[in-house]
Amino acid sequence: MIDIAIIGFGSVGQGVAYQLMEKAEKLKELIGNYRIVAVADSKGSVVDEHGLDITDVIKKKQKGNLKGKTAIEVIESVDFDIAIEVTTTNVSDGEPGLTYIRRCFEKGANVITSNKGPLVVAFKELNQLATKKDLKFMYEATVGGAMPLIKLVKNELAGNEIFFIKGILNGTCNYILSRMEKEKMTYSQVLAEAQELKIAEADPTYDVEGVDAAAKLVILANATMDMDARFTDVEITGITQITPEAFEVANYRNYTIRLIAEVNRERETLKVSPRLVPLYHPLAIRGTMNAALIKTDLAGEVVIMGKGAGKNETASAIISDLVEIYRRC
Amino acid sequence: MAIISVVVELKDQPGQLLKALEPISRGGGNILSVIHQRDKMTPLKRVPVEISFLVENEKIAKKIVEDIKSNGVLIKSYNEVRLISTTSVMLIGHIVNTDLSDTISRIDSTGFAEVVDMEINMPELNKPSTAMITISATGQKKLHDALDILREVCDKKKILVIEPINEELQ
Repeated sequence: MIDIAIIGFGSVGQGVAYQLMEKAEKLKELIGNYRIVAVADSKGSVVDEHGLDITDVIKKKQKGNLKGKTAIEVIESVDFDIAIEVTTTNVSDGEPGLTYIRRCFEKGANVITSNKGPLVVAFKELNQLATKKDLKFMYEATVGGAMPLIKLVKNELAGNEIFFIKGILNGTCNYILSRMEKEKMTYSQVLAEAQELKIAEADPTYDVEGVDAAAKLVILANATMDMDARFTDVEITGITQITPEAFEVANYRNYTIRLIAEVNRERETLKVSPRLVPLYHPLAIRGTMNAALIKTDLAGEVVIMGKGAGKNETASAIISDLVEIYRRC
Repeated sequence: MAIISVVVELKDQPGQLLKALEPISRGGGNILSVIHQRDKMTPLKRVPVEISFLVENEKIAKKIVEDIKSNGVLIKSYNEVRLISTTSVMLIGHIVNTDLSDTISRIDSTGFAEVVDMEINMPELNKPSTAMITISATGQKKLHDALDILREVCDKKKILVIEPINEELQ
């Protein structure tokens, strides 16, 4: 029996819990029996060591925040094998996720996270701690949402030397740029539209200034290219200065403009910036999609594309991590 | 990439040209032209032949030239090495108001790179304009140096530089 604790119960946490219930039959064939023994949000928690009724917990959450033990108290007092840590990202100090993950490892539980903050701040430390304790630490959902980029490079491209990865890692920016291109609208007009559609946050800084893409790039560089990259190593330029005329000039020369995150071993580059992308290039994609191009020594160039955000898309990445850890054969 | 021009002297008989061309093909070079200079035939009745080819870098070029020599071919000259790299970048901002000619002359004055083409789109007065500029340099490394200078100048002038994604600079 695998006992699971879900730490963080916003949209992502609820999405994962719901899918673990909905897909239970199929998943149990893959990993054996499991149950969710604790769910914690920023205010409280619900715990049942015999397994929670998820529909009931989601109903409770929809009525307001949970009551009872705090997340830290749950980690310290409840027995579980694995924590699914899905609290909000904070790239400056990684908290509160960083403390939650450290405590989980200290007590001997595996961790899956969708939270970029702790990995940006303490990638090496957390991985070393997990290895020392012989525990699993998975974080596919932190980069590219449903697009299985980290596992693709670590597993399917294992043995290859990775020369560079260039990708569109922020769906909000890609949506804004592709709408500006198609409709010849200004940056601020498209941003207002994206906010109305809930594609962009009320405070869009994190996305449009390139912070989110840079955080993902740091994780990607550390996880797949064995680097010791830090957030401050990334040269970041956002998309706020792009004009509709820029697309006209670019299109005339068969280019478009996209926000590209690039990690390049040979050039020692870690940068997020708008780039001219040939119209025929695999990264010249539209809408909220994410994509990445990986250049390797043996496999040559490999391209992957998928939905970068969303409740079910993030749940897909988290569940695939869970299956990788506990797959029976 | 490097464009190499070699002048060899060949005996005017069948099979001689192959001795000069075979090392180029073996070294991965792309032959651009072969010109027989029959009007410059030497007193020993050898025909000068100018061969131009494109190779990855100068190191490979030198190896090819050595291989041609070891095939018994006389090399008359190997001194016209031209390295050419070109790329186009986009600039967005107050390009004209911030002294456009200064931005260009910072590249041109390097001696190893120059702005060979430019197109500006100015929507309205006081609004940011967009330019596509094409820079050529004497080699790929020098092209990167020129781009570094451009980035530095534009950073001071608050002009956004958008570079192409493709690795292979045209």
